[in-house]
Amino acid sequence: MIRFAAALLFAIIAATLALPPAAFAADAVPTEKDPVNSARAVKLTEELRCLVCQNQTIADSNAELAVDLRRQVREQIDAGKTDKEIIDYMVGRYGDFVLYRPPVKGTTLLLWGGPALLLLTGIGVIVVVLRGRQRMPDATPLSAEERARAEALLAGEPKKEQS
Amino acid sequence: MAKFLIPLGLFVVLLAFLFVGLGLNPREVPSPLIDKPAPAFTLAQLHEPGKTLATADMKGRVWLLNVWASWCVSCREEHPLLVELGRAKLVPIVGLNYKDEPLAGLRWLGQLGNPYDVSVVDRDGRVGIDFGVYGVPETFVIDKQGTIRYKQIGPVTAEALEKKILPLVRELQKS
Repeated sequence: MIRFAAALLFAIIAATLALPPAAFAADAVPTEKDPVNSARAVKLTEELRCLVCQNQTIADSNAELAVDLRRQVREQIDAGKTDKEIIDYMVGRYGDFVLYRPPVKGTTLLLWGGPALLLLTGIGVIVVVLRGRQRMPDATPLSAEERARAEALLAGEPKKEQS
Repeated sequence: MAKFLIPLGLFVVLLAFLFVGLGLNPREVPSPLIDKPAPAFTLAQLHEPGKTLATADMKGRVWLLNVWASWCVSCREEHPLLVELGRAKLVPIVGLNYKDEPLAGLRWLGQLGNPYDVSVVDRDGRVGIDFGVYGVPETFVIDKQGTIRYKQIGPVTAEALEKKILPLVRELQKS
């Protein structure tokens, strides 16, 4: 029985792995023959956000718009445009939102500075708390009686057994 | 007392952020094209493919550019409003038939009514990209100098029409 179940499981896994990723196969392959340019196309499309499925790059997305924008990128590379020109072209039409790595400027300051700010705040809180804790145990020295009791305890002669 | 007030204060701040954040529509990405010249295009007309319409032809008039397609579901939603607006003849409406089969587009207008003064055909969506279109329908208000003054992302609603688009159009027509 176990052997049968194992065989079945194996068959299912094998079948899953053998399935071709049909969804991307059709158009994800860069069309140019030039390997340098196709690498550039891949790199550029991975930098650009698809505005339809907003958490995907236009390289990942299969939305129609992403297909069109991939075509634009390839055509512009073929036309001899530089990477910067292509990025500027996209930003000019879709705004900074199209960039997966937003530029540092006034409106994005909180976005870029936020994590550092939170880290500093966290460190500040820790420092304040630790300092408060250091001060907490009362610094008054032990009285003579307490000291004697402590020493007795440490020496392993509990008071109670004596009485 | 302060011990409780600090977390409470932080919680209220967090709540305020969440409240504002949930109210935002992430699909509405502000267009960098506002107050920029409308991209130049020259496209064949839907009803008379022999004729073209260019951005420059609309110079001197305030006009609306409405991006639509027969496959677009939300376009149906805004269509009655556009038909009404077209009848009122307040402002010329140019339709950009975006990534659509011209025949399907014509049939769609035949069934639902044609609010457009002219529709032009953007078969492969290139002009759409120039206008930064990413979700149909979209509507642009363009002034007499050919500058984009407003962009409605998604269907035109009665509220947007009354409060934003028509007041803007009236103001632009005066200048």
